Amino acid sequence: MNGPDLDFLCALVRARSGLMLTGERGFFVETRLAPIARREGLASVSEVIEQVKQQPSGALARAVVEAMTVQETSFFRDRPAFGALAEVVLRALAADRPEGLRVWSAGCGQGQEAYSLAMAIDEAAPPLPPVEILASDISTAALEKAQSGVYTHFEVQRGLPIRRLLRHFDELEDAWRVSAALRQRVRWMRLNLIDPFQVDRGYDLILCRNVVSSFAPDARAATLERLEKAVAPGGRLMLGAGEPAPEGFEPVAGAPCVFGRRSEITLVNAA
Amino acid sequence: MKTCLVVDDSRVVRKVARRILESLDFEIIEAVDGADALTVCRGAMPDAVLLDWHMPMMDGLEFLKRLRQEPGGDEPAVVFCSAENKAARIREALDAGADEYIMKPFDGEIVVAKFGEAGLL
Repeated sequence: MNGPDLDFLCALVRARSGLMLTGERGFFVETRLAPIARREGLASVSEVIEQVKQQPSGALARAVVEAMTVQETSFFRDRPAFGALAEVVLRALAADRPEGLRVWSAGCGQGQEAYSLAMAIDEAAPPLPPVEILASDISTAALEKAQSGVYTHFEVQRGLPIRRLLRHFDELEDAWRVSAALRQRVRWMRLNLIDPFQVDRGYDLILCRNVVSSFAPDARAATLERLEKAVAPGGRLMLGAGEPAPEGFEPVAGAPCVFGRRSEITLVNAA
Repeated sequence: MKTCLVVDDSRVVRKVARRILESLDFEIIEAVDGADALTVCRGAMPDAVLLDWHMPMMDGLEFLKRLRQEPGGDEPAVVFCSAENKAARIREALDAGADEYIMKPFDGEIVVAKFGEAGLL
């Protein structure tokens, strides 16, 4: 792939998804677009880009952008942070919301985070009140996979202890499928985080981990601002390990990577 | 330094496992089947056992059952590593006293994760 093609593609991806490609961009793009070239019957990645240039608003352009956004991930990613999520964060939130909680996994990729949440909630003892899980992603392909709940032997061994696998998954011929009970807990939705979105009602916990840190600065700021607004009063925002606290938020004690509104946290500390 | 007994009848698998586990600072002892492994354990219990299932002489499951009956045999953390990927078989291994289970094929990242789950890292 030549330099101008690569620049064109990076600009397109940034404009459509907020994602800023860095590092070995050429290699990354080739890796992600080769399957699309094969699927479309095109001879090379360069031909894919040629088609996208001719129809920048077409379905192929959309597939190309989405293919760039999906990240490798694992179940229960950042174990220490995830460990505190059900028993500390949700438990504390539930004290004020006995009728139930609303959680949003924003940028859910292939669903590992949403299902990890569902597993942690299922294992919580004593049981938590009902938790509604919404999971959204820009990539329709990732969402299809997430919704199917089917993962390879390799994928289920990333982050899942064997007893959790046996407890929460059913075996298929050559893969594993998240149990029907857990799949029913999650609602999936396609959403591009850089598009202006509004929520009808706030979420008690929003997870947006390792998503905005790869965004261009303007897209990152705008997305974070919208997410902050979508956090219900007294609610929490969880970011990826090492991602800084958003403006006006500060870390919640005993819950790594989890933030609450400074005004509310100070209020609790003062009380 | 912790010791890990790698039990597999495939020389290639033993070599791959050795390379991964040595990078995690384990001292490696190799055994080619369950009987061989049991002899090693009777000499000195390792901290960990990475255990294949299907082997000549004595298979992994039989070894595990016997190991757990030996004096001090409940000490080593046992991580099964097998192409037996059926839930019923995995349950059988856990019931016999396995701490974790790796489904073949595997890579270094999976070994690290599973040894972490077994409290070995």
